[in-house]
Amino acid sequence: MNDIAGLPSRLAEIVEDFQLCEGSEKLELLLQYSESLPPLPDYLKGKEAQMEKVPECMTPVSVSAELQKGGMVFHFAVPEESPTVRGYAAIIAEGLRNATPEQVLSLPSDFYLTMGLQQVLTNQRLIGMAAVVAHVKRLALETMNS
Amino acid sequence: MNEGYAHPEYLVETDWVAVHLNMPDVRLVESDEDALLYETGHILGAVKVDWFTTLQDPLRRDFISKAEFEKLCSQLGIANRTTIIFYGDKNNWFACYAFWLFTYYGHPRLRIMNGGRQKWTQEGRQMIRDIPIYAATEYHAKNPNRKIRAFREDVFRQLTRRLPLIDVRSPGEYSGELLHMPNYPQEGAMRGGHIVGAINIPWSQAINPENGTFKSASELRQLYQSQVIQPDNKIIAYCRIGERSSHTWFVLKYLLGYPDVRNYDGSWTEWGNLVGAPIEKETNK
Repeated sequence: MNDIAGLPSRLAEIVEDFQLCEGSEKLELLLQYSESLPPLPDYLKGKEAQMEKVPECMTPVSVSAELQKGGMVFHFAVPEESPTVRGYAAIIAEGLRNATPEQVLSLPSDFYLTMGLQQVLTNQRLIGMAAVVAHVKRLALETMNS
Repeated sequence: MNEGYAHPEYLVETDWVAVHLNMPDVRLVESDEDALLYETGHILGAVKVDWFTTLQDPLRRDFISKAEFEKLCSQLGIANRTTIIFYGDKNNWFACYAFWLFTYYGHPRLRIMNGGRQKWTQEGRQMIRDIPIYAATEYHAKNPNRKIRAFREDVFRQLTRRLPLIDVRSPGEYSGELLHMPNYPQEGAMRGGHIVGAINIPWSQAINPENGTFKSASELRQLYQSQVIQPDNKIIAYCRIGERSSHTWFVLKYLLGYPDVRNYDGSWTEWGNLVGAPIEKETNK
C-alpha cells in the first residue's frame, strides 16, 4: 500500500503528503491542488477540441503534452465546477512535470490508491484518476514514437 | 413559473433564497456530486452533506441509521422545525437524493432550490467560502418512511402485479450495451439490461438544460403519461444506485403529485447482481 518506490520524485512527495493527511485533510489537500491547476498555455487556449479527451470522466477533461528538454509537461483543461477532477489533474501535471516519457509509461496505473483517497471519495470517482493516468501514458507513448 | 405543479410549495426559486437565507428557521444544505465543490464556494450560510461520506453507512450498504441521522442534523444545526432548502450541482441530482433521505426520516419542511447551483451562479449571485458553524440542536427523527423506499421484494411484487417500473438511466445502460453509467466505469453489475417490463425515461429529461430548472408541469405530464405512467399507479423508479431515481421520485411525487412513488435504491447494482432476477435487454418498450 505504501509503495512509492519508482514514482517520479515530485509525485512520490505528493503521494507522501496525502499519506500523512487523515480523512477530511485529504480533501483539503486535494482542494489546494485543484486551485493550483495552471491555466492552459496561450498556444492551447481555445483549442481544447484538438486536445486528447478523457471520455471516462463525466466532466469534460482534455489533456495535451509537450516535451521540454527531454521532460514531459502536461496541460489540462477541466471546468471550474469540477474541483475534484481538477485536483487529480493538478497532481498529475505537477507530479509528472519533467518526468521522462519512460518514467510516465512505467507509472503503476493504481498509484493513486496509495494516497488513501478511497477513504473520502467513492471508488468510481477514483477510476477517473486511473483514466487520466491512462491517457497521459498514451501521450507519453506518442511522444516517444514521434 | 411554478404554475401547474401539484405541490409547488416544495420548490423555491433563487430569488426567494436570496431574500430568506438569513432567517434562523431556514437552513440551506448543499449536496453535490463533486466532493469538493462546496469548499470552492457556496451560498451564504449553507452547510454541506456529501452523499458518500455523510449519508452512507460506512460499513453496510445502506444509508445512515436513524440515530446517525439525528446526530447529523444536530451537528448541522437543523432542528425539527427548520425549513431545509437543498441545492446542488448537476441539475440538483444529489440535492434530490438528500431530499429523499430526509423525507425517509420524516423531516417535515423540505424544499429544493429550482435550478440548483447552476442557476444561482448563472445569475451572478454571491458565493462565499466561509463554513458556518451552528449551535448543535436536539433533533428527533421519525421512524423510516418505508412508503417511499422499495426493496427488492417490493420490485418482485411489482412485477407479479404488472405495475410500472421506470428505469431512469441512460438508454445505453437500459438496453444493456453498457454495464455502467457512461463515464462512470466499474460502478456496475454482473449483468447488463433492465428489470423485465421496465420502461426507460432518463431522469435528466425532466430538466431544462439551459438553467437546470425543472420543466413545466405540462411538459412533465406529457413526458411521463405518454409512456403509459398514470398518476394512480403504484410506481417504482430505479437507476444504478438510487440517486438519479430520487430525482425522478421528486418530480413524480411533488411536481406531478402522483400519490404512490417509491425509489428502489438497491437499483441496478443490486438487481443486475441478483441470482435469478428477471432481466430484459431489448430497447423496444
